[in-house]
Amino acid sequence: MSMKSLDPNQNLNIDNIVSDLKNYRPKRHGWTWRDKSSQKMGPFDFKQASTPLKRSIALQSARFLGGIDPQPDAVVTAEIASGRFEDDIRRMRMAAYHGADHIMVIRTAGQSHFDGLLEGTPQGVGGIPITRKQIRAQRKALDLIEEEVGRPINYHSYVSGIAGPEIAVLFAEEGVNGAHQDPQYNVLYRNINMIRSFVDAAESKKILAYDNIAQIDGAHNANATARDAWKVMPELLVQHAINSVFSEMVGIKPENICLSSVPPAAPPSPDLKLNLPYAVALREYFDRYKIRAQMNTKYMDSSTREATVTHVLNLLISRLTSADIQSTITPDEGRNVPWHVFNIEALDTTKQAMMGMDDLLSMVDIKDEGYIINKKREIQERACLMLEEIIELGGYYEAVEAGMFVDSGEYPARNSDGIKRGIDGGIGVGTVIKRDDDYMAPVTAHFGYNNVSQYDESAQNIPSFLINGSTFENPEKIQYIDELDETDNVYLRMEETKKYRNTHLTKPEVEWLGDGVVTVDLFFPLEERIAVQAAIKTGEKMNLVDVEAIHKEILHPSEGTRVQIKGRVNFDIDTSKLVLPELLDTMSEDEVFDYIKAHPMKVVAGTGGNDEHSVGMREVLDIKHGGVEKYGVEYTYLGTSVPIEKFVDAAIEMNADAILMSTIISHDNIHYKNMRKLNDYAIENGVRDKLILIAGGTQVTPEIARKHKMDQGFGRGATGLQIASYLIKCHKAMMSDEN
Amino acid sequence: MKERNDDYNKRREHLKTMSDKELKEYFFKLSEKIVTPLVDMGKQYTSKSIERSVLLRMGFSSIECKAIVDVLYDHHLLSKGAGHCVYRLAKDSSIPIREAGLKLSQSENVEYLREVFDVHEES
Repeated sequence: MSMKSLDPNQNLNIDNIVSDLKNYRPKRHGWTWRDKSSQKMGPFDFKQASTPLKRSIALQSARFLGGIDPQPDAVVTAEIASGRFEDDIRRMRMAAYHGADHIMVIRTAGQSHFDGLLEGTPQGVGGIPITRKQIRAQRKALDLIEEEVGRPINYHSYVSGIAGPEIAVLFAEEGVNGAHQDPQYNVLYRNINMIRSFVDAAESKKILAYDNIAQIDGAHNANATARDAWKVMPELLVQHAINSVFSEMVGIKPENICLSSVPPAAPPSPDLKLNLPYAVALREYFDRYKIRAQMNTKYMDSSTREATVTHVLNLLISRLTSADIQSTITPDEGRNVPWHVFNIEALDTTKQAMMGMDDLLSMVDIKDEGYIINKKREIQERACLMLEEIIELGGYYEAVEAGMFVDSGEYPARNSDGIKRGIDGGIGVGTVIKRDDDYMAPVTAHFGYNNVSQYDESAQNIPSFLINGSTFENPEKIQYIDELDETDNVYLRMEETKKYRNTHLTKPEVEWLGDGVVTVDLFFPLEERIAVQAAIKTGEKMNLVDVEAIHKEILHPSEGTRVQIKGRVNFDIDTSKLVLPELLDTMSEDEVFDYIKAHPMKVVAGTGGNDEHSVGMREVLDIKHGGVEKYGVEYTYLGTSVPIEKFVDAAIEMNADAILMSTIISHDNIHYKNMRKLNDYAIENGVRDKLILIAGGTQVTPEIARKHKMDQGFGRGATGLQIASYLIKCHKAMMSDEN
Repeated sequence: MKERNDDYNKRREHLKTMSDKELKEYFFKLSEKIVTPLVDMGKQYTSKSIERSVLLRMGFSSIECKAIVDVLYDHHLLSKGAGHCVYRLAKDSSIPIREAGLKLSQSENVEYLREVFDVHEES
């Protein structure tokens, strides 16, 4: 099926994505790892890197480093599931630009207890209902997005609950590339009968193996659940082993078996001291498998800053050990279902930290003696002891029944607070059926006993031969259901937000088109209890609706509290009526070179007043940064904190054409005052008409500069070429005036 | 499990002398011992979800799969395999697979299969 490729300057057309899905087939199947390689980018050699993206958004600071956007070697995950898959598609595109190549979709609450597949596109809670239509739409969008960014994107969801095998078939049919699959998760956290869970898991895993889908386990949930997460480390090794060994015995290749590992502890505990020995113990034992390094969620509260620091420490552990898939947790997960911007922040945090710690192990070693090695060995021994006791109790089922798992004691210590599940209990108890001798299933990727020979001995190893191929060989056999619920589907939701799609109307948004949600960051010189109410009242007086405090931080018990509130605005913005900042004219490099060669120009430059910020100034001056010097403009740099008078005096002395004054500090509007002062002093000296006065700085815009008597202003991101173009434009105008 | 203090130092006596490599091998030997019976059960048993997943692969929709499996379960035919039942009916009646499945979803021809497979438990 041919589809138009995406234009980066156009919004993705969601109407097109959700229509015509009946015959859509995914571009490819199975998991894709990154193309790991050293990369020379600008003046740097990155070792733990991968091929850069065709289109991406680099870190802000890349502006000073030639715009480089190095990408780490690990596959990077973004978990995106706001409840409306159609809005998530736009976020997936943004995430891909920030380096995500593994998009994980969380399922709606309750799906794991649904006995069968869901269909259509109902709205979800805390995730989205995973259905054939929803997967097809998102896979179709990702097939376009991956071409736009130039890197395959792995799409991922969950094969758990009571309908695992069906979901696994759905995933294999629709080109889902990764899946969580761990029967222990069903047993411990979803109270699904353990026998049913393991019997189903064998079939699910066989299907994942067939389609080369990467599997992620669920062990990390133990440290999210246990009271003292760091004490559960020996059990984590046990849980990883049970799922990994089971998976391999069913037929998944070791390189597709990924262990979901979270550093269990977080500050203010001594993070690395607890987490690093564990990370080493795990990787030493499971070196035949892959590590999916997840970030800590257990100790998150509402501070996005605090969560980010914890996550950077998690990334340090990834770099000190290894990570094949690096997951990202949004820093707002402690307070709401993640918003757009926090998915992006988490991705940027990951890219920034991983590339900042590039090649760390070529410089530092983990000691092979002392605390870390002793602790590592202790965790491994404790795990062996736990396995011994499982066997003594009679096996896995008996051990779960005895409440051995997710106990808050560090094994072998027990606190009698583990999760207990009965062999004869849970959802789906008594629903497994023994296969008879003549049991048969004429399909591909079926696990276990299958008496195909009774019909055709030659088909024993290709059972689907009996039916001329299953849907895995003949996808045209797949039955597609569009919608089942006329009152809850994507078309109705999109109708409600139609006025914001391809029109002039817009609204601020955190997760869904037109949601109107804004946050306001406030400080009150008050104690917490009063400050929170004052903040909510402030939001109401700002005409926000549904105002809620989402974060508070005590700066001092009485002197002050920071409160963040959210609320909704109830108005639309008409973008056709906005006055937009002007786009600066830029000449081509060749035109600029030629003009300056024919009409040499001189400028004096410096940072004005008491301002020591010279980085931006050097950017637009120096030849090596592509500043005006590159185009032949001669400049005299007067330095930092240059008295305003000195600019004019120097310009007169050197017979300069222009003054470039940088002004970063905006405290007390000093930048405006300096602009006016520069203008006035030039007038006093009778040179205002001969001099082009330019102000620049992060808080400067062309409009502001001109309002304060400059000829022009240049703000954040200005380039030497833009400034040189402007100088030439003025020079031409002056020449024609003289004539 | 009953509360108990950390008796790691007492329990580990037999592990102390193992090298790191031996301990790792021991860890996986124990793991395999625990997992093997679980895998074996997977080979010998089936479930409604497994059978619906078989029917999906044979070209039925999720709604059709559910209906067919529920009928076969009620008539004690799942131990033969849902796909098997559909295949057998199609073969014996010389009708397409989908037609056979849709008949079964309406409880048609179930008695024929019970006879063929010699199933006598009460429906």
